[in-house]
Parts: sequence; C-alpha cells; structure tokens
Amino acid sequence: MAKQQVSFTLNDSPVDVLVEPRELLVHTIREQLSLTGTHIGCETTHCGACTVDLNGRSVKSCTVLTVQADGGEVLTVEGLADGGELHPLQNAFLQEHGLQCGYCTPGMLVRAYRFLQENPDPTEEEVRTGMAGNLCRCTGYQNIVKAVRSAAAALRATEGA
Amino acid sequence: MATTAESLERQDKLEGVGCARKRKEDPRFIQGKGNYVDDVKLPGMLFAGIVRSPHAHARIKSINKDAALALPGVHAVLTAEDLKPLSLHWMPTLAGDQQAVLADEKVCFQEQEVAVVIADDRYIAADAVELVEVEYQGLEPVVDPNKAMDPDAPVIREDLVGKDDAGQGPRSHNNHIFTWEVGDREATEQAFEAAEVTVRQHLLNPRVHPCPLETCGCVASFDKVRGELTVYMTSQAPHVVRTVVSLLSGLPESKVRIVSPDIGGGFGNKVGVYPGYVVSIVASIVLGRPVKWIESRMDNLSTTAFARDYHLDAELAADKSGRIQGLRVNVIADHGAFNAHAQPTKWPAGLFSVCTGSYDIPAAFVHVDGVYTNKAPGGVAYRCSFRVTEAVHMIERMIDLLAQKLGIDKAEIRLRNFVQPGQFPYHTSLGWEYDSGDYPTALKKVMEAVDYQALRKEQAEKKTRGELMGIGICTFTEIVGAGPSKACDILGVGMFDSAEIRVHPTGSVIARMGTITQGQGHQTTYAQIIASELGISSEDIQIEEGDTSTAPYGLGTYGSRTTPVGGAATAMAARKIRAKARKIAAHLLEVAEDDLEWDVDRFKVKGLPGQEKTMKELAWAAYNDVPEGMEMGLEAVDYYDPPNFTYPFGAYLCVVDIDRFTGETKVRRFYALDDCGTRINPMIIEGQIHGGLAEAFAVAMGQLLHYDENGNIQGNSFLDYFVPTAVETPKWETDWTVTPSPHHPIGAKGVAESPHVGGIPCFTNAVNDALWQFGIEHVDMPHTAFNVWKALHEHGLDRPD
Repeated sequence: MAKQQVSFTLNDSPVDVLVEPRELLVHTIREQLSLTGTHIGCETTHCGACTVDLNGRSVKSCTVLTVQADGGEVLTVEGLADGGELHPLQNAFLQEHGLQCGYCTPGMLVRAYRFLQENPDPTEEEVRTGMAGNLCRCTGYQNIVKAVRSAAAALRATEGA
Repeated sequence: MATTAESLERQDKLEGVGCARKRKEDPRFIQGKGNYVDDVKLPGMLFAGIVRSPHAHARIKSINKDAALALPGVHAVLTAEDLKPLSLHWMPTLAGDQQAVLADEKVCFQEQEVAVVIADDRYIAADAVELVEVEYQGLEPVVDPNKAMDPDAPVIREDLVGKDDAGQGPRSHNNHIFTWEVGDREATEQAFEAAEVTVRQHLLNPRVHPCPLETCGCVASFDKVRGELTVYMTSQAPHVVRTVVSLLSGLPESKVRIVSPDIGGGFGNKVGVYPGYVVSIVASIVLGRPVKWIESRMDNLSTTAFARDYHLDAELAADKSGRIQGLRVNVIADHGAFNAHAQPTKWPAGLFSVCTGSYDIPAAFVHVDGVYTNKAPGGVAYRCSFRVTEAVHMIERMIDLLAQKLGIDKAEIRLRNFVQPGQFPYHTSLGWEYDSGDYPTALKKVMEAVDYQALRKEQAEKKTRGELMGIGICTFTEIVGAGPSKACDILGVGMFDSAEIRVHPTGSVIARMGTITQGQGHQTTYAQIIASELGISSEDIQIEEGDTSTAPYGLGTYGSRTTPVGGAATAMAARKIRAKARKIAAHLLEVAEDDLEWDVDRFKVKGLPGQEKTMKELAWAAYNDVPEGMEMGLEAVDYYDPPNFTYPFGAYLCVVDIDRFTGETKVRRFYALDDCGTRINPMIIEGQIHGGLAEAFAVAMGQLLHYDENGNIQGNSFLDYFVPTAVETPKWETDWTVTPSPHHPIGAKGVAESPHVGGIPCFTNAVNDALWQFGIEHVDMPHTAFNVWKALHEHGLDRPD
C-alpha cells in the first residue's frame, strides 16, 4: 500500500511520518513516535484508553486515521506536564487516589484536560457525564470524579490569581 | 513500640502500617511512563495474529496456508500439525486436563485458536489471518450445561473418550469432568427430614468475564546463541508460568525468564496460560526473533478466562424461628470445552464449600458436577477467591428467601444465625476453621448508620403507593490467602509466597516478592510493612516484583493472597533482619541482647538513656563490624506457608428504587462495612473497595456472556458487554471494623475481593427485595432493565393499578 507523508504537531513539537492510509493514529503515536502513554483497550471507540486531544477536541485515537491528523495539533498525556511541573490534573489524580492499574489514566487525564476547558467548574454529575467516554475497571470512578473536581478548583485558583 | 511523643513522631515519619500513604506507582502512570506489555518493543520483533474458529463445534477438514504465506511480510503460518513434532499442540491445564494450543482436527468452541500467523507488523498479521483458508464440517454443539450429560449428547472431547478420569477424579459421561462432594450427607438429610420449614431455589451465576482494561499479551524472545528464553507477559503468576514453560519446552528453568511488567488490571483474567503465549514462544524459538502477541478485546472476552457459569439448586432447612439447621446444594458447573479453571489443583470447585457463610449451620452437604460444553474454557475467579462469589451469592440469597418464607426481617434472621464472636476459631460443618470475626457488631453498625428501621418504614409506605423500593443486605465471610500448602498447590507447587529483603550499608532497602501488582499498589504497601518492622522510612524502601530472574519464587497475586501470604512473608523476612540487627546492636553497645528494647527505629539499652543504635547505624555496622562468627550483610528471605486461610468479612447494605413501568433500577445508596483485620493503607483499602463494588455492580446489573443455541458467543465486545461508565456507577459509602487475624504476623487479612464477593449478593438482594414486596419470589442476575421489566410484566405489575 502506498504510504503517505503526514505532518502534525505532537505535544507542541512538529513531526513528520510516513504512513499507510489505513494506519490508526494510536499506532503512529505509540509505534512510530514511541510515545506509549496512550493505550489501547478495545479498538472500537468504547473504552477511551486511547483518548488524545486533536485540534482542541477529545478523540479516541484507535478509530482516527493518522492521515486525518495531517496539519493538526495533537496532545497526549506526555504533553500535559509543563517542563518538570505536573499538570494540576496529574497532581490531583495522585492526591485523590484516582488511579490503580494506570491503564485508563492517560486517557482519563487527557479527556479531563479538555473537559475542564469546556466546563471549568463542573458539578459531580457533570464530571460523570463529561467523562462517560472513558472506562475504568479499577477505581469505581469515585476518586476520579473527586480528582477532576479538585483539579478544576486548582486550575480556577491559578487563573484567578 | 512507640511510647513517647518523640518516638510517636519518629513512627509517623516512617509512613508505615496504618498510613494513608500516596502511591509510589502513580508518578510514572500519570505521566504516561508505565511499561505495559504492548509498550515492550524489541529489535527485529514480529507480530502474531491468530486464526480463530467461526464454529462452536466442527471438524477441520483442511487448512490452506498458501495465500497467507504468499503475502509479503509474512514469516510463518503454524497449525497443530506444525506443533505436533514438538508435542506442543496440546498443553496441560492447571486443573489436570489438557487444552488444545491450536485446534487438533476439531474445534470445540467459537473463536478457538486454529492457526497462528507471524508477520512483520500487526497490520500484515491481520491481513494474513484473513487469507488462511480453513474448511470445516459442522458438528452439533452442546450449549446448555444442564443437557451436557444427556445420554445422547454429542461428544465434545474425543481425546478423552474411554478415559474415566479427566484429571480430577472419576467421571461418568463423555462430557462429565468431575464430581466433587463435601459435607455430611446423612446428617444433612436428617436435618431436612426434621425441619419445620425448608426453602429451595434454583440459582444462576451467569457466565461473565473479568475484562481488565488491558487485554492479555506477551513478547517472547528466544536467544538462540545463549539458549535463553525471555517472555514479557501479562501474568498474575509469573513464577508458576516459568515452571510450566520449562516443563513444556524442555528448556531448563534457569534459562527461562518471565517478566510481568506493569499490568493493566487482572481480576483473574491473567492467571492462566493461554494458547497465544505458547504459540508466541514457539514462533520465537522457531524463527529466532522476538514475537509479540496482543489480544483484541473481542479475543479477550471470547477466549481467555470467563468466570462463573454455576447453575445451583440450593435448599435450606430451618426451625420456625429462622435458625438454619441444614444446607444442601447441587451444582452444575460449566467449564467449557477444556477444564482450564484456575484454582488450587486439588479443588475442582475451588473454595465453594465456604458456602455456609457467616452462619452457624450444623449440617451441610455440597455436590458439584463439572461438565464440558462447546464454550470457551475456564473458569477463573473474577475478583474473588476461588468460587467464593458463587458460594456467598448462594447463601445470601437463600437466607433472604428463608426470611421471606417465615416473615422475618432480613437483618434479624442474620442476627439469629450468625457465628458469634465467642465461637472463634470457628469450625464450619464443611471443614473450614474461621480465624476471627465479629459479625453482629458489623451488621448493627451498618443498620445504625443507614437508619435501617426508617428505611423499612419508608419501603412499607412506598408499597402502599405501588412504588418499588428494595433494601439489600449481605453479611459475607470470604476465605482468602491460599493457602496452607497442606491444602493447596498448583501443579504440585505448594501455595506459599515469598519476600527477600536487602538492607544496604546506608540504610536504604530493596525488597522483592513472589507476587505481582496489577493496580493494588504493592510498591506502596509492602514498603509500609517493612517500614514498621525495621524502622526504615518507606520512602527509602524500593519494591520490585514480576521478574522471575530477580524475585524469589512465589505463586502470584490472585484470590486476595498478597497481603495474607506475601505480606506475611515480608513481615517475617523483616523480623529475621531485625533479629540480626539486634545481635549487632548488642555487640556494638556491649550488652546482652536481653538488655535491649526496640523503639520504632532503634535498639535502646533498657534503663540507660542515650545508649542506643538506630537501624541506619546497624545497617552500616552489618557491613563492617559484626559479632565474631556472624556473617556480614543484612538481608533475609522468607518463604511463608500460612497456617490457615484468612477470613475477611463485612456487612453491606444497598437501597434501590425500581421504575415499575420500565424496569430501570436506580441505586440510591450503597453502604459497605469491611473488616480486613489490620489496615495497612486506608486510602488504598478504600480505593480497592470502590473498585470491587463497581465490578459487583457490573456483574449484578448487566454482565453476561451469552451463547445462542448454536454456540455463537454474543456480547463479546464493549458494544454489548456491560462495563459501567461513571454515569451508571453508584456512589459508595465505606466503613470498617478491625478484627485482626490471630495467625497472620501483622493481623492483616486481605481486602480487594471482598467488595466484589459481598457486593453482588447485596445488589441482587436489593432488587429481589423490591420485587418481593409485590410477590415476586426470586429473579436471577443480571438485573438489566429489560430483565426486571420482564418479571414485572409477567406479574402484571408494569401496568397502572
């Protein structure tokens, strides 16, 4: 199959890759670009372990073709921390015990990152709805919800400062 | 023992047992720096794809590999014929049966492994899988386990024809695997004959799947020059796998290295050895290159490790006051096409005989028949100790049915039947010795916390208005920590576990265990045990597991055995180190050992303030100034064979409201009180309970691996298989009591499976309690809106009065 040149920015750095038109974004990110924080849980868009941010929207990268990302901006879990400093969401997940096996965590964090821009001060119910595209088998969600709300408060405090 | 404010402060700084310490695992996971098996990438690595059967039962007439082999990038296509010369086309199961690695002349369940293709990458492998042409001749499938032993039932396992033992005792039919009986049949019959009241109910534990978010997979890498095999594998029991791989391959165990890297959840799914692992290993040996195999979600739900599929006929005998006199249970256990259950080898029905539960039942008898069907092989324990969920579900449903029959309150009937605190150690009529417990206190605490009487009053009021409200109670006792090697082994290896601790000269520690974390936080909690035992800050203690070349041999993590067995080994190894440190301290302080007392992190000379040596000083001394005749160094290893199981317990209460017109169930409240003995890290315990309750909710309310009458598996993707999101999942309230285990070195019992075991009956009891208000005696799980509506509809309850 003829390969295609695709260019996009990944966590603010420009990347160029040569891919078959059928190659999925998650495989390009994990295998060609060696950022393995983005995980695969179902390959059918249900579980959200592969969630990345594409052009300001949460997408499930297991059902996005890499060619669709051409010219776009992609953010993965590896791009959340600012230099040596954890993103408030990362910190909140650690503080609130919002993860166990860690497999859903990158997708949860990247989804929450976008969700809190859509809704900076969510109620508990809004967090549950806003994160409903991401499955977790370990935590029972309660501490994830807590972590997202606690990060929201931290982010609002930073912005208010 | 800390006695002064100063020593208490030192104790707090250790972050030892009892501290809600933040997890050591988290920094790598929140930054995308975990190392799961699919993250492992080796030079020259190839990818395996598996050709699977579309039929539940069929003869293989031919396999044509030509088109697949002609595809550029394909290196090999292997079938049973290719594995035969190596005698690897079949493999032993943990249960004494054998399982086809690749189908040998016939397929016995849909999605069974038929051939494997090895290709440059996963895309080419997927293409090649489509190009392998297999011709089948369909056979009649056996789907219903209750019909598996019909006289004219088709023979599923032709390899066993004429064999009267399939590895677990005598069998009486081609589709019969084993019969297992326990208890006093005669005494139980007498109890039933003399009973003032009896209840009987058919109960179903539907076929479900543990479904961790990460599927199974491996990277097998054989080094031809060194003759060494390394396999990165999603395994809950890497050391046992090493033994099995060595026995199967003929490679010396010293040249086999199994590495369980970070594991994205296990819940029992990752205990077994699966065909995908074996074919990857064979392919790597044959091709001399690393081979990766990663399951798809559909493969995962269809082939590796289902749970349950227990069909029970249960009876209770009691007097009019509700005191239970006898319990009798008959079980048909569907193990699928191969008996590949993952239990201690001698226990074909696992620990099901803990089914007398928290109640003092004088006579009981259990009969279990295992049968083959044309379904995926298993079954494993899904977030529970072996078959304990099935046991607890049975007794908790039955005591509710007894209460209903006698018109006794469902909390009251439990209080009347509990084993009393003064009866421990308590010997059950089915042979277990419960170590410790206080059941009445736990239940009363929950009743008070939720104002139980007010809830019952509200329920009665709602009933008059035609509204369905249910209150579910579950007062469970688990049996975990397998186990004493006199009772439990896997393929002949006793079920001990191990810890090896090394204290470095500067006082930091590396410790390795035979268990393996899959999200439970072992790197955090093991360090807390060592911190408390040795007086070394948990921050200075590094925990490693999962690499068989470095960790001591252990049986792995499942059945809540890490804390009861591995945790005990850790405490015991630490105590050996402390005993040596004491001798060094006596030497340095020039006193007798008896003149010393331990104070948090140091030995002090009794009555001589200031005369003391800290653990840090003693660590340094261990490498340069030890008593004459003593070996240098400060390390210890302990292989802990527990004297008994541990018996965590709890009291759960759930309130549901059901829409009688749609059957939708809303969980209004779930209150979970757990007693897991000594609590090592309350934050992690609470997290484990939340997670286990969510999985219990999933099982009770929706999970089901259904097969149609042709043996087609249905519901094997996330489109159909119920994995609740944050929206459906209820909110949890947790509570605890502490009744330490008397035989465990630090009194801990294990906790992570209790919420699953106790949660499922609690949810189903709540739904059934609501339906019972309107005369419906019992409905089986899963309580989907459709199933509940069907029951309501059949009773005419879904129409306005």
